[in-house]
Amino acid sequence: MLTTWAYISNYFVYSAMAVFALSFVAHAFETAFAVRTPENADTTEGNLLVKTLDYKRTEKAARIATALMILAFVLLLAGVVARGISAEHVPWGNMYEFSITGALAFTGAYLVALRKHDLRWLGLFISISALLTLGTAITLLYRDSAPLVPALQSTWLVIHVVAAIISGGVFLLANVVAGAYLYLERFEDKSARPVWLQRVPSLELLDQLSYRLVAFVFPLWTFSVIAGAIWAEAAWGRYWGWDPKETWAFITWVAYAAYLHARVTVGWRGRRAAWLCIFAGSTFLFNYVYVNVWGTGKHTYSGL
Amino acid sequence: MSEQRELPELGFLALSRFAWRQLTSMRTALILLLLMGIAAIPGSLIPQRPINPMAVRDFYRSNPELARWYDRASLFDVYASPWFSAIYILLFISLIGCVLPRSVEHYKAMLAKPPATPKNLTRLSHYQQFANADEALNRATQWFSKNRFRVRIEGNSISAEKGYLRESGNLLFHLSLILVLVGVSFGSLFGMNGYAIVNVGERFINVPTTYDTLSFGKLKGDNSLQPFQITVDKFDAKYDPKTSAPLDYTAWVTVEDEGKISKKVVKVNQPLTFGSTRVYLQANGYSPVVTVRDSYKNVVLQGPVPLLPQDGNLRSIGVIKVPDADPAIGFVVSFVPTNARTASQGSISIYPELLDPKLLFSIWQGDLGLDSGIPTSVYKIDTKNMTQIGLGSVKPGDTFNYSSGSITLETVVPWVNLQVVQDPGKSYALIGGILAIAGLLTSLYGRRRRIWIRVSDSGVEVAGLARNSAPGLEDEVKKFISFVKGEK
Repeated sequence: MLTTWAYISNYFVYSAMAVFALSFVAHAFETAFAVRTPENADTTEGNLLVKTLDYKRTEKAARIATALMILAFVLLLAGVVARGISAEHVPWGNMYEFSITGALAFTGAYLVALRKHDLRWLGLFISISALLTLGTAITLLYRDSAPLVPALQSTWLVIHVVAAIISGGVFLLANVVAGAYLYLERFEDKSARPVWLQRVPSLELLDQLSYRLVAFVFPLWTFSVIAGAIWAEAAWGRYWGWDPKETWAFITWVAYAAYLHARVTVGWRGRRAAWLCIFAGSTFLFNYVYVNVWGTGKHTYSGL
Repeated sequence: MSEQRELPELGFLALSRFAWRQLTSMRTALILLLLMGIAAIPGSLIPQRPINPMAVRDFYRSNPELARWYDRASLFDVYASPWFSAIYILLFISLIGCVLPRSVEHYKAMLAKPPATPKNLTRLSHYQQFANADEALNRATQWFSKNRFRVRIEGNSISAEKGYLRESGNLLFHLSLILVLVGVSFGSLFGMNGYAIVNVGERFINVPTTYDTLSFGKLKGDNSLQPFQITVDKFDAKYDPKTSAPLDYTAWVTVEDEGKISKKVVKVNQPLTFGSTRVYLQANGYSPVVTVRDSYKNVVLQGPVPLLPQDGNLRSIGVIKVPDADPAIGFVVSFVPTNARTASQGSISIYPELLDPKLLFSIWQGDLGLDSGIPTSVYKIDTKNMTQIGLGSVKPGDTFNYSSGSITLETVVPWVNLQVVQDPGKSYALIGGILAIAGLLTSLYGRRRRIWIRVSDSGVEVAGLARNSAPGLEDEVKKFISFVKGEK
């Protein structure tokens, strides 16, 4: 019976991948054809050429893309829930489950934010990263649904890992924003942005946004590390032991602490701050990939 | 080249003041912070002696030359190395040097009134001017006190400030980091950590001699262990029949502490607690209970012999030393809880529970080396001065006879590895951690801002200033103005 649930889960995850792919295509179509200026619509204001942007042409494509994203989210949610039922525990007992839950949280956060702000310029990126995450998960990381080993049987699995997933998602989002900043800055130095990037917010806004995201989630990351320490004390007899995962969590914490200090106290903005943000985010990504796949230590369970 | 600048002579005091200022500057702190992050990296890539001594030994064997250089740079023990310590000690000195003066300053600022209203308000942000409203200053005072601003009233103007919590939180965060460091150091100086293998049915008494390994903090006396006793009544391990992965470990124990006897359950995430000492269930394995007789059928050894597990199916190895036999006998043994034969490896275990247990051994006769005075491992025999006299295997209840005696496998009992940890500093570290989060939240979400109001013949002037360009002041000023005007 439980294996049946695991199969059901896999079908849902595959379907979600297919819909994410469709959503990606729709987003790509929308981005590519969104802003074609109507003939003779440009006016001049002094020496400045003012382009009139018209999004109407692709509004339908944009709506379809978002609808597909919602559908993919629902399918993935079903997949994650079915996986949890089949394993009889929270669906983040190994790296495969962590990845699909992470992808779910990532798209969920985007859809929630979409209700308030028009973030559809991010949709292209969100759909492709969800697709790649799920693809990696199901091909390379897949493990049969299995019960938890005794060390993981704890309420802290819920608290510690949920905090880590949320912080990780927001850190990576801040990285994307900082990356967008650096990419757009090159255009701004020379001349105007290409037409298809017109809708991405101003550099100043991106700069502020990546800082806000980090400042918002840094306390949660601190909490995740402390919750992990409390759990480690109960399970392994010490709250801190420089296990590779712990070491890299510490490095990530220190890197973001440096980022916040650089911004708030020293007044870094723009390019330097964006690079520091990306550096800090990559320590998180390294921790997730390296320590789980090649690392040794107490955070490696059940193969992956 | 021709000109040589004379540097003014710096006295010792001035020089040290200069050094102190450099050390406590924000730039230095930032560099030290990043440096600490980078310095922590090698410890996660190179095997560490306190965490995995076996891996360090392997590294030495495969790269002896490189290993020697690593060792010179303390790369096998990064987190206790002089250079890592130097970074975090400097960082904390820098932090204390920065935070303590700021705390004093902040305390004074909290007692003082906000600074006087600037003469020229027009230059400040959110400046607005409107016709004189009735009772403008009174209404302003009312609004400020309702919204808990601290105010300075000077004749026709009020200067109000709010959001000191931001700096309070910031300072609380940094001070709690010091508390965390104190807790960590306290725990490592006054704590202890030890492991003991206890067979089911046996009793563990908390004195140094019952431990297999035991280490004390630098300032902890070795006669200060808490006097408790633990008898392991029963141990139960459940495994997944398909994958042999463990599902549950539970030990039922009888605890005797300060004359009180109680029954307790120990699980992996559920240690026993005696004050600041905790007892953890860390590992388990099997102890075959054997009886060894000499050629006259006299019993020369009887009892359980703990063996060390080698894989997930608990194939275990070890030795049985019989110094009382004449000549001395030693068994090099391998034990499988569920036996299966393979062509390539001989007997292997295919399941960690005792479904078809079998003890396999080679028998050695000669000098066990126990009288040389050099400590020897209970899991190894040096067979240099011994000769092999036989090979055999037994199942529970069987007896195997060899030239100078016999060995009987009576039964097999499980053993558990208890880890005993005393860490008197951990509660400080925990409190430090909780306060740090509280401080972070207040400092990251707190907004410090000022609002001024001045009433003159030309009308009412209002302006505001937000520190760290925090958003939201515009709305607040709007609300303030509409209240002053009496619109609400």
